[in-house]
Amino acid sequence: MLRYATNRLIQAVIAIFGVLTIVFVVMHLSGDPTLLLVPQGASPEMIAELRHQLGFDQPIFVQYLEYLKGLAHFDFGMSVVQRAPAIDIVMSRLPYTIELAAGALVVAIGVGIPVGILMATRRGGFLERLLAAFVLTGQSIPTFLSGILLIFVFAVKLRWLPTSGIGGWQALVMPSIALGAISMSTFARMVRISMLDELGKDYVRAGLARGLSLGSVVFRHVLRNASIPVITIAALEIGNLLAGAVIIETVFAWPGIGQLAIQSIQSRDFLVVQVIVLLISFTYIATSVLADVVYVVVDPRIRLAR
Amino acid sequence: MSSATIGRRSRFSRIPTSIVVVAVILAVIVAMALFAPWLAPTDPNHQSLLSRLRPPGYARGAMTYWFGTDNLGRDVLSRVIYGARASLAVAALSVLVSTIVGVSLGMVAGWFRGWTEILIMRLVDIMMSIPAILLAVLTVAVLGPGFVKLVLVLGLTRWPRYTRVAFGQTLQVANLPFIKASELAGAGAARILFRHVLPNIAGPVLIVATAEFGLMILMEAGLSFLGLGIQPPAPSWGSIMSVGREYVERAWWIVAFPGAFLFLLVFSVNVLGDWLRDHLDPRSRNR
Repeated sequence: MLRYATNRLIQAVIAIFGVLTIVFVVMHLSGDPTLLLVPQGASPEMIAELRHQLGFDQPIFVQYLEYLKGLAHFDFGMSVVQRAPAIDIVMSRLPYTIELAAGALVVAIGVGIPVGILMATRRGGFLERLLAAFVLTGQSIPTFLSGILLIFVFAVKLRWLPTSGIGGWQALVMPSIALGAISMSTFARMVRISMLDELGKDYVRAGLARGLSLGSVVFRHVLRNASIPVITIAALEIGNLLAGAVIIETVFAWPGIGQLAIQSIQSRDFLVVQVIVLLISFTYIATSVLADVVYVVVDPRIRLAR
Repeated sequence: MSSATIGRRSRFSRIPTSIVVVAVILAVIVAMALFAPWLAPTDPNHQSLLSRLRPPGYARGAMTYWFGTDNLGRDVLSRVIYGARASLAVAALSVLVSTIVGVSLGMVAGWFRGWTEILIMRLVDIMMSIPAILLAVLTVAVLGPGFVKLVLVLGLTRWPRYTRVAFGQTLQVANLPFIKASELAGAGAARILFRHVLPNIAGPVLIVATAEFGLMILMEAGLSFLGLGIQPPAPSWGSIMSVGREYVERAWWIVAFPGAFLFLLVFSVNVLGDWLRDHLDPRSRNR
């Protein structure tokens, strides 16, 4: 168990290192990263001075080492545009995104899991086809389209909810639904597959043969076993939800890191964008390690097989 | 119906109605993209300040605006028709790029094994730990907008999934007798991979490509919506909807029509993808 966790951690460290390298390469794709860090209309002297100050006139591998050294000390650089540490700017917006992602996860799990269970237990019926269409819709609808639709119906026409911005639970409802829709479909699909695998097993037939109702077999036994693969999905979905925030926060003027990323691109403040990309990627890596470890802890068969 | 087609019809009668419906939807949208100059009632960028934000069905002179007009008085129908081009072209080309890159790397990793495999598959793991939309947003923002850049960025962000599938499949195929035979006959790695392995792994690759095609459409629309994809005034469904969002209270049609087409396109691709997977890969019939 410990050996497995250690191996998985080493893999995660390699992944983090790789992500840092890819982001470094992307930032240098334009040729001169200095231009990505200054406000538009900066004078050539200012650019030249900043280039020297930030070490962008050094050979590329020196820059790379300096970059890694900085990150190792949690130094993510100073935003030239806002004159503050980039990490502080991002951290001040992070709570809003966490709130939104949590709301979306509640929607995704709260709707996706029951839908998946129903689809597996009512196999072949009209309800299954209806739910299948619902799941496929959730998977195919662009988040910004569902966001705008929700705004149009519930804010503009019915005036039940605020159109955008933050403030109370009412403001959280629509962005959570719009952001959670795709994850909802993923959960529903995974739960359905996982349930169908379990429902085909002998213990289910044995339970039914002894006169237990399908409902009690499902709730007492099947769900517990079927939940294991779902844990992995839940962890991976957290990363997807954070990334999806980039679009949905723009639609709803939600002041999280997604909106910050787009605003920072517009004001050419790429150090902030870089921090956001790194932060979300690290979260993605961390949650998937956590999921794998939990997976092994929950399911002794996997533990023993290793 | 002639007698020749009857035999064929019975063979195709197994195709469910839903697949026929989505195939028709796809054909319509592809036709919109291909024949846009002939189908569009007017120039999609023609502005008319006298007919701004008019509702669907508004008529002015000989021209009827069936989908209404936008904030600059442009015909929404013409913009939606031309917008199909952006969606399909970007999605198709970027899927092509990621298929070529991903499948080549996957086959190479599966054929040579050893360090090549470790290097390539580790890179796959790393690429998959950066959410694609974020990497695309960052890269497009750094490089600046442009059609070719957009295609390359999307293509080069989404290859790892193909690599995983091609790798796994190549491992299985590599041990088949006819591959061994051609290796013994002295065929080089490139010849074996492209002539013999590739045709045998094409099915699973096609399944991935279909799913990715739907995703690429969504990514292009999302990037254009954020102002990072196809640049205005060129019409793209994402960018039309980004304008429409600002006017949703007064002019719902600007966002509704491109939105409906975008949804129908992705929905159809996904339905088709699911069906293909069920037919090409019997193991996943339950999924």
